[in-house]
Amino acid sequence: MHVTIEELDAKAKELLVEYEGRALKPRERIQIPLQDMPSQDPQERITNMEEVALGYTEAQVKAEALRCLQCKNEPCIAGCPVAIDIPAFIAEAAEGNFAKAAQIIKESSLLPSICGRVCPQENQCQLPCTVGKSLKDVDKSVSIGRIERFVSDWAREHKAEVVPAVGEPTGRRVAVVGSGPAGISAAADLRRAGHDVVMFEALHKAGGVLVYGIPEFRLPKTIVEHELKALTDMGVEIRRNYLVGKTRTIKDLLEKDGFDAIFVGSGAGLPRFLNIPGENYVGVFSANEYLTRSNLMKAYDRDLSRTPIYNSHNVAVFGGGNVAMDAARTAKRLGAEKVTVVYRRTEVEMPARKEEIAHAKEEGIDFLFLHAPLKIVANEKGKVNGVELIVCELGEPDSSGRRRPVEIAGSERIHDFDTVIVAIGNDSNPLIEATTDGLEVNRWGNFIVDEETLETSIKGVYAGGDIVLGAATVILAMGQGRQAAKAMNEYLASL
Amino acid sequence: MNVILAKEQLSAEVFRMEIKAPEIAEARRPGQFIILQMGGEYDERIPLTIADASLERGSITLIFQAVGESTHRLALLEVGDKIANLLGPLGTPTEIKHFGKVVCVGGGIGVAPLYPIVEGMKAAGNEVKVIIGARTKELLILEEEMKNQADELIVVTDDGSYGRKALVTEPLKELCQAEKIDCVVAIGPPVMMKFVSLTTEEFAVPTIVSLNSIMIDGTGMCGGCRVVVGGKTKFACVHGPEFDGHQVDWDNLLLRLGTYRDVEDEAHHRCHIGLDIKEGEA
Repeated sequence: MHVTIEELDAKAKELLVEYEGRALKPRERIQIPLQDMPSQDPQERITNMEEVALGYTEAQVKAEALRCLQCKNEPCIAGCPVAIDIPAFIAEAAEGNFAKAAQIIKESSLLPSICGRVCPQENQCQLPCTVGKSLKDVDKSVSIGRIERFVSDWAREHKAEVVPAVGEPTGRRVAVVGSGPAGISAAADLRRAGHDVVMFEALHKAGGVLVYGIPEFRLPKTIVEHELKALTDMGVEIRRNYLVGKTRTIKDLLEKDGFDAIFVGSGAGLPRFLNIPGENYVGVFSANEYLTRSNLMKAYDRDLSRTPIYNSHNVAVFGGGNVAMDAARTAKRLGAEKVTVVYRRTEVEMPARKEEIAHAKEEGIDFLFLHAPLKIVANEKGKVNGVELIVCELGEPDSSGRRRPVEIAGSERIHDFDTVIVAIGNDSNPLIEATTDGLEVNRWGNFIVDEETLETSIKGVYAGGDIVLGAATVILAMGQGRQAAKAMNEYLASL
Repeated sequence: MNVILAKEQLSAEVFRMEIKAPEIAEARRPGQFIILQMGGEYDERIPLTIADASLERGSITLIFQAVGESTHRLALLEVGDKIANLLGPLGTPTEIKHFGKVVCVGGGIGVAPLYPIVEGMKAAGNEVKVIIGARTKELLILEEEMKNQADELIVVTDDGSYGRKALVTEPLKELCQAEKIDCVVAIGPPVMMKFVSLTTEEFAVPTIVSLNSIMIDGTGMCGGCRVVVGGKTKFACVHGPEFDGHQVDWDNLLLRLGTYRDVEDEAHHRCHIGLDIKEGEA
């Protein structure tokens, strides 16, 4: 049964009457029920692209903030890749000092509106939360991410954001390759130190995966635009339609264009396929292609967009990560009657966030666990009309620690599907590596960097985000952008 | 940036545009392409091969056929207008070297991207024979330019309205029979490239083709452009667009090019309403 935002708000207000404005004992705080995230009604939302999670109301954010025990040992901070002072901002939020709370977050994180939405908090700050530990359920930890989202949205909407101060001009020029989360955070910290920063983006819109990959219904693009505007307001120049590795090489930037240092945050941009028969039939797409058509090219707006998207009725999505959830939920919104996520293991091993899996289920996405695709079949016109799947069982744990799926011989069967979306990850894009002599990469094509400074094998060239980590998360990419910028600022000062 | 410096209508549906793009002009090599997007939220990204470039003017030249909604709208731009988004050069350049005897085969609009390759092959000291073809005289382009570069130029039309009435494969076969050819480069409609490849396979002449598969970003990110070459999946945007014609799975390419045909037919019909461009004869 869908609970409306009004109902959730009313309950939160009742709680505030009981708990607000007096000293609370830890036991009382733990008793305050977790505030559920208000969301669009599933029946409604599968017909639009608008954001699913509506964000806490003011009463809810205060009630949720009151659940925080303000632990002296601050386990949540250790769980945050960028070490935000979490207890401090939550204390301000509980008091209704939202501008102050947002300011505390901004000291450590540049993109709180984005991270509040897409960070896997249950594996990070919320994992060691004492409240969750006491209740023996990580899902009952203080909802740090939701509070973060509320206060940073509040600051944006109330124009209460502080523009970061830019240092005295140093006369140094820095190129940032890629305008995704790693590039954005690196660019901001480099600019703050007073360097001239030019950010290069291959696509016609900046934002990287935040724009082409993550759907509008999970991360509204106006928020990404706002964050990028903050960057240009600081004086960072963003050059779109510029492919480093093709328009210019890394060496050109250093030798011809006078850049003193370069940060490469080019992302993981080469979709992986399963290499099974039939993968090039009409109706098989990488998740990147499917999502890019919908998100970047706005193909979901069939009347206005000039980029077509496949007419699907019965879609199979291969994979179990957040991207698989995004692709499945997009297909549903684009009108597919039936969408099935096919995953080799069980729900427990799925790398997607629980919240995303739950949202997908609410929207009527089916899940076929313990099934692996063997081949894709098509009709006489080469259009997909089915997938042969084999049933698996879980065997011994593999190197990732997850139990390995073992195929059960003789269990294969062809299932009807007219579209297949492959969401099994990305390899690193070879463009920069191929045009940069002396750049060392590992066997997956990821740049090899110094652990401390994130400097590559070429002096003055640093890298971070998915091009180093493989497919990871927005917050880890951001963390690396900051880590590299710190080392780069030291390097530039030494020149 | 991206200002249109010159525009010329070469035939009923074919336009030549020279666009200011100094960085692309400097970096481009024969065989490479650009992706353009006309601006705004809803325009598509379209790949077009670079037909020429000038370092002095800092410009690139595109020759395109107004076949879809976006190319029709592009054709409506005039000198002085800007193209909002232009990315390039993309793809791996043609392998230009001294082969010996080279035959370059261009069909329809494919003659345009063939031109810089002919130029390059000539400059590398090859004997270059060129075959260009079109459905009909009206659609034939770059005849003069090719004549100035080629050691021999053979012109064919499907309907015999100009030059020899033949498909490009006929004179190609005769050239292969007459002497040992060291390399063939073919650019044109996929069906033409398929039959060129079948023709040269018989004579074991290495054949390079340029594949125009469906593409969005052009940087390897979407994988929409994948083609099967030698039984392996390749991305036309980064591994290509040029491949060994004898290894290409042509049937798969033709199928994949038809992915959005139903949607596009509708859009193509819609886009002709209110536009002052005559439909070609096809």
